Amino acid sequence: MLELAIKGGKKYYGWMTFLMVIVGVGFLFYLKQLDFGLGITGLSRDTSWGFYIANFTFLVGVAAGGVMVVLPYYLHDYKAFGRVTILGEFLAIASVIMCVTFILVDLGQPMRIFNVFIYPSLRSVLFWDTIVLNGYLFLNIIIGWNVLEAEHNNIHYQAWLKPLIYLSIPWAVSIHTVTAYLYCGLPGRGFWMTAILAPRFLSSAFAAGPALLILCCLIIRRVSSFDPGREQIQSLAKIVAYAICVNVFFFLCEVFVVFYSNIPEHMDHIKYLFIGLHGHGAYVPWMWTSMAFMLIGIILTVNPITRKNEGVLAVACVLIFLGTWIDKGLGMIAGGFTPSPLHEVNEYIPSLPEIVIALGVWAMGFLVLTALFKIAVGVKEELRD
Amino acid sequence: MDSSRRHVLQLLGLSSLALTARPVLNAFAKEAEHTEEPKAVIKPNKKALTAKQWAMVIDTRKFESADDVEPLVEACDTIHNVPHLKNKRHEIKWIWETHYHNAFPGKAGQFLSEAVEHTPFIVMCNHCENPPCVRACPTKATFKRESDGIVLMDFHRCIGCRFCMAACPFGARSFNYRDPRPFIKETNPKFPTRMKGVVEKCNFCAERLAEGQLPACVEVSEGKLTFGDLYDPESEVRELIRTHYTIRRKQVLGTEPSVYYIV
Repeated sequence: MLELAIKGGKKYYGWMTFLMVIVGVGFLFYLKQLDFGLGITGLSRDTSWGFYIANFTFLVGVAAGGVMVVLPYYLHDYKAFGRVTILGEFLAIASVIMCVTFILVDLGQPMRIFNVFIYPSLRSVLFWDTIVLNGYLFLNIIIGWNVLEAEHNNIHYQAWLKPLIYLSIPWAVSIHTVTAYLYCGLPGRGFWMTAILAPRFLSSAFAAGPALLILCCLIIRRVSSFDPGREQIQSLAKIVAYAICVNVFFFLCEVFVVFYSNIPEHMDHIKYLFIGLHGHGAYVPWMWTSMAFMLIGIILTVNPITRKNEGVLAVACVLIFLGTWIDKGLGMIAGGFTPSPLHEVNEYIPSLPEIVIALGVWAMGFLVLTALFKIAVGVKEELRD
Repeated sequence: MDSSRRHVLQLLGLSSLALTARPVLNAFAKEAEHTEEPKAVIKPNKKALTAKQWAMVIDTRKFESADDVEPLVEACDTIHNVPHLKNKRHEIKWIWETHYHNAFPGKAGQFLSEAVEHTPFIVMCNHCENPPCVRACPTKATFKRESDGIVLMDFHRCIGCRFCMAACPFGARSFNYRDPRPFIKETNPKFPTRMKGVVEKCNFCAERLAEGQLPACVEVSEGKLTFGDLYDPESEVRELIRTHYTIRRKQVLGTEPSVYYIV
């Protein structure tokens, strides 16, 4: 089936070349980072994680979001999703590859990465995160590829895949739970220290992942003769609607607890993000934009009239994807580090090289995603002929 | 390929494997025997200072101005090859001066005693009895030494993930955002310099204790800092803790810091 990825038209190759150029530029900047050190980023002694880790966190969510098409199909026998499960699985693969790359570019000594396996520390959440992420990657590669190949050959997929498929469902939940545990178990970081962090991560994941999937479906319908289906898109849209509502609800729960209890250690981070602290407020406009996007997203996806209009739905999905990205990919990490443990506000702003490297990683992920979707769509098109 | 030829080739392959297997196995066997012969032993220095859990008491009443702090920081930086970077984001700090409301956020009210408000507070790694940074490290590059409770760093194992920095509630850790070596005034050959991409912090002068010397900051502090075994009831630190009201940073988090402050 791999050959399907290299049989494409001009537009396909144009898009792939465009992505490769961004990957290339990102890589050049990464070489600079390897040479100089992480000092070329905006990171500091106070904010020791930033844009890379934030994007990593967001993408773990997108990867976990893929389960929202797998679960209804395999667990509830919701037949309609049979057509799009492969897209969910391939989206998960591309996302996890981006996640792992973001971790790699964030390391100060990337050539020592295997120390994690040579000297494993079972008490470290980061060790477990490595395990669950790689496990999820392999599960999706094995399941996605074999199921698609079976479909390609017009046969039922192998029986031994079934237990793996069932395993992949709780595994998807685990990757984002463990990722939340990276943060919420740290003493003295009031912003993250909330039991609702993992549920919050999951809810925004189940909004962002399927939202991206809807956009992919709409694009696939335009550029190929394979139609993922109107019913499928509508079902996904309902999942997005519920998930984004739950996400905003969880956030409001957080706001209530933090401000009613009035404990400064917890309040100051949210204050910093939404109204600014000690005269620093670079994230204020971003955070309110995020809230506005998510609220408009709720209105547009919950209301059946707007949801059923695919043009409007596309806009809603873009808003929800961006809104959750700002919330998690921008505010979640910087907000947790500011103010610092010594209650100082030293603002973190990602540097240009840092953003370019991050864009390179995103482009690489979309390169993988496009190739995988090309294969999946190719198989589906052949079946139709 | 016809089947007899394949058969011959298979036989050849197998027999060559058998021929090479024995010497290889022998070599392994020898190696195993070797390890039973004398192992390298690090003999402890007879002068070495030992404790169950090293601890420090800082008498903040004896600090009046920055001049009282500077020699301590200077001594530490010189001995440990701590670089002086101009960019504040890239700063490396092992021991430094701060205000009461930064050292003890949450304990600082609107109205404070004048002495506390103007006293320089020195802060460093607390060598917690329950260190969250050690829990966080995915490679055991930072660890709590069982023999004396010092939280140490293996600069050669650290992968630079900075999870320990997120886990430390005291901001005690620094990361080498760039090569620190050009920024060291005079390199002390007795202590390793670091490379870019690894985390570092105060080590309670483990290398000096091993030679029977007190930590550098304690030595130059002229009695402002006291160092000793927390679990020795006769130790000087215990005497001070017994006779003075002491506080520790963010005690509420349960990390059990080993640095005590007399205010």
